[in-house]
Amino acid sequence: MHARITIEETALFADPAGALFWPATKTLIVADLHLEKGSSFAAKGVPLPPYDTRATLDALQRLIRRYTPERVVCLGDSFHDKDAGKRIAPADRDHLARMMKGLDWVWVLGNHDPQIPPDLGGRVVPEIAEGKLIFRHEPAGPVLALGEIVGHFHPKACVVTKLGRVVAPCFTTDGRRMVMPAFGAYTGGLDTLDRAISGLFGRTRWRVLMTGRDNLHLFPAGRLEPIVRRAPKPGQE
Amino acid sequence: MTALPEPFASWLGRRGWNLRAHQTELLELGRAGKSALLVAPTGAGKTLAGFLPSLVDLAADPRAGLHTVYVSPLKALAIDVHRNVEKPIAEMDLQIRAESRTGDTPASKRARQRKSPPHILMTTPESLALLLSYPDARDFFAKLRVVIVDEIHALAGTKRGDLLSLGLARLADIAPQARRVGLSATVAEPPSLARFLASGLDATPAIVMGAAGAKPQVTILVPEARIPWAGHTAVHALPEVYLALKAARAAIVFVNTRAQAEICFRELWKLNDDNLAIGLHHGSLAPEQRRKIEAAMAAGKLRAVVATSSLDLGIDWGDVDLVVQIGAPKGAARLLQRIGRANHRLDDPSRAILVPGNRFEMLECRAALVALDAHEIDAAPQPPGALDVLAQHLLGASCSEAFDETAMYEQVRRAAPYAALDRETFDRTLGFVADGGYALAAYERYKRLKRDETGKWIVATPLAQRQYRLNVGTIVETPMLNVAFRRGKRLGKVEENFVLGLEPGDTFGFAGQVLRYEGMRETTVEVSRAKDDQPRIPIYAGARMPFTAELAARVRGILSDPASWRDLPRDVKEWLALQRRKSEMPGREGLLVETFPRHGKWFLIAYCFAGRNAHQTLGMLLTKRMERDGLRPLGFVASDYSIAVWSTRPVDRPSELFAEDMLGDDLEEWLADSSMLRRAFRNVAVIAGLIERRHPGEEKTGRQVTFSSDLIYDVLRKHEPDHILLRATRADAATGLIDLARLAAMLRAARGKLRHRRLERVSPLAVPVLLEVGREAIYGEAIEDALADAAQAEALIADAMIDDDQDDDSQAELF
Repeated sequence: MHARITIEETALFADPAGALFWPATKTLIVADLHLEKGSSFAAKGVPLPPYDTRATLDALQRLIRRYTPERVVCLGDSFHDKDAGKRIAPADRDHLARMMKGLDWVWVLGNHDPQIPPDLGGRVVPEIAEGKLIFRHEPAGPVLALGEIVGHFHPKACVVTKLGRVVAPCFTTDGRRMVMPAFGAYTGGLDTLDRAISGLFGRTRWRVLMTGRDNLHLFPAGRLEPIVRRAPKPGQE
Repeated sequence: MTALPEPFASWLGRRGWNLRAHQTELLELGRAGKSALLVAPTGAGKTLAGFLPSLVDLAADPRAGLHTVYVSPLKALAIDVHRNVEKPIAEMDLQIRAESRTGDTPASKRARQRKSPPHILMTTPESLALLLSYPDARDFFAKLRVVIVDEIHALAGTKRGDLLSLGLARLADIAPQARRVGLSATVAEPPSLARFLASGLDATPAIVMGAAGAKPQVTILVPEARIPWAGHTAVHALPEVYLALKAARAAIVFVNTRAQAEICFRELWKLNDDNLAIGLHHGSLAPEQRRKIEAAMAAGKLRAVVATSSLDLGIDWGDVDLVVQIGAPKGAARLLQRIGRANHRLDDPSRAILVPGNRFEMLECRAALVALDAHEIDAAPQPPGALDVLAQHLLGASCSEAFDETAMYEQVRRAAPYAALDRETFDRTLGFVADGGYALAAYERYKRLKRDETGKWIVATPLAQRQYRLNVGTIVETPMLNVAFRRGKRLGKVEENFVLGLEPGDTFGFAGQVLRYEGMRETTVEVSRAKDDQPRIPIYAGARMPFTAELAARVRGILSDPASWRDLPRDVKEWLALQRRKSEMPGREGLLVETFPRHGKWFLIAYCFAGRNAHQTLGMLLTKRMERDGLRPLGFVASDYSIAVWSTRPVDRPSELFAEDMLGDDLEEWLADSSMLRRAFRNVAVIAGLIERRHPGEEKTGRQVTFSSDLIYDVLRKHEPDHILLRATRADAATGLIDLARLAAMLRAARGKLRHRRLERVSPLAVPVLLEVGREAIYGEAIEDALADAAQAEALIADAMIDDDQDDDSQAELF
């Protein structure tokens, strides 16, 4: 079940798979696909399972079916490295091409993919500004501008529930700007409490939408625990 | 009886020694070129028995080349044995070169050793594997005559043992003339160790049993203070421990974990008004720190050393006259070993004091004493050889020379743990090494192994070779960082996670000192001395010591026999007596289940005595079933002795809940998402070379985006659930982290014998487990519920705590 959220008075749906849908413009937004990350490791002699691209595209396909967008925005780091396009399996490439057909497909450039495989199609742009929102891979300044929505950081959060600790990718937002979770199957994460992410919100209060399997769950920053646990003092054990 | 040749006979004569029967026997077997397994208690002169034949042989014929390889499970032991062997060599002025080679040996010395091997080389399974992976392995081992495996009981049945067995099988091919000598502490099943030792050989080694030593004198310390309900550090009893140390000549204080060692060491020094020289020894201290302590102990300069299993084995310190075991021993064999560290002379009894940390540990210590009296030793399980280790070995072999796959399969099967390996599994493991072995042939271009012109397999790239050498070994530690004073000496290593949780200025206790965290310099944690009465203590992931089934049965025996409680401390006796009045005793057989309400929840306690790992698995399965039955389980916690589950609604018929069929579909379903399987997968993936060990310096601490093995696990499970590494993971977890074998045995034994007690309140025996806090991360379905639940609670709190004093007016309109 997606959650309705508002960023700078713009109504959006956040999907537990880690994507945003903007109903007014029929736009689906995903960040940090890191396609062919597996094969980039294999090229370095580490034969990770070669199914990450397939897994990521399957998940994207499911979202496209659910929201039937007219436009899909990949918010940077869509390909893990510049040779990813040469390594992608023909079947995965075809799958991607079929998915792109008939859609306004937008590749926002990231730090990992200064070039998108040339014959893939889609529009390649440095950023998209529309209405009160601006979509970029990385923030333009040291803090996020109002309406700025970025990827790049792969935020994750940790809460302690009564059944135990849960760590999951999350959307981090203060209602006026947002850091999106990474969408790729092999994308790890950075604790959203890290200054690199939390510092983007200046002094405003932010919160997270943690991704569960079927739902999103809202927690204020103060409820989060560091993913890396502080060592207990003796007696606190 | 064969006479000992000169100069050995007069050397022994000068020292007033006579050869013991088993030493003579090993000498004769050596002369006949036969392999032998010596099983004898500590202090029986096993090291001399093992080396004497080699020394005699080399003295008679001092030819160049590597004659004897000695393999020890501990670096420290390899070094100590080297020291001990140098003594007779020097005293008899023999022209024999003996050297040690471990991960700590400087690269220049290692290079020199490969060019000009010593006569005798002391090493570890990992260093042996590396030697076997060099292209010149055949030359290096060409003249090998003897392989000595020390403390072989500590290797067999482990992944390090698997690695060694594969190395031995390969050595048998390279140097078929080399015989084997195994040295083992007293074990339950010598023949299975002998088979392990014979990996690669046709003949089974002769088993030589040393005479039993004097019966150890072991007491359990009953402190002035009350015995705690929970905890393992026994801080309450340390004043009495201190008095015992004062009265002893030299003592080893054993604890079960590195964190406990730090705590115990600090607490003892707080009591140390007499300034006794008390040292600290554990596996995370810098090698030079450990060597210093070992040397001081050997020189008689220390009165006591607080140690973990890093000192369980081998090292001979004649003067130790007392062993203290803090916390429960967990197994009789381990206890016997540790006790044997005192008085390393066979005919004097060892003296030991057991110091239980809590009430159940008091029973466990008692049970261990009964087991020692009965000469009962726990049988060590011998699971089949692990496939991740095989993968590592195959890559190593391919780095040395091209191999034919059928010949290699035959060779591998001659390693005892792999005797039953089928060809298909071998082929798939080889396939994994070659290119990942995925059904989707995506990595043709990136093969690690290729076929040479004769169709044999050989490593494909220098990169793969380098990766093998960096990755060798079966011990997977979480990433560690060095700890050192600024521009000063190295103290040792702590887990990176611990450091990430520190802020500059924080203090922590490590290497027996209180340190202030100053900051990171590259991969080194810079510290300065500090003062803090309660510093944080680094915790290390490492496996807990398993609670053996034999000892568990004996604990049950004590519980069910009130006559045996007579000399227990009063508080423990009262505790048990009260349990008998309020509920009942778990008994020798069957399964006692208690249910009672507490603070608006229903608790179920099951006294399974199957060990913590099996209980963890049981906890996950029980909560799953209870969920389905609408009982709304809320959590569970497991100890070595029992498990507690709590829920919104009571469990009425536990016998249905505990039916054996829970190991069917429920298990499969749960396994897929379990954190245990993920953890097991990480280890398997590292050992097999699927993911690299993270070497300090390759990634900067703190800001990096971590890429966890969980993600690989999820993708692999979904797209290729039969992959060989997933199979290896399940096999690992079944015997280790989820301990399925023991859980199944427990459920089988409990069938029809479940006794359910409905109580009005918590029972005395249930208290200890409820004092333990569950810290497992959760996965799967439970996540959704737990998150929703926590988010709801948050909304509730938010409603109640509406804050009008916002520092920012842009309150988000989420939802």
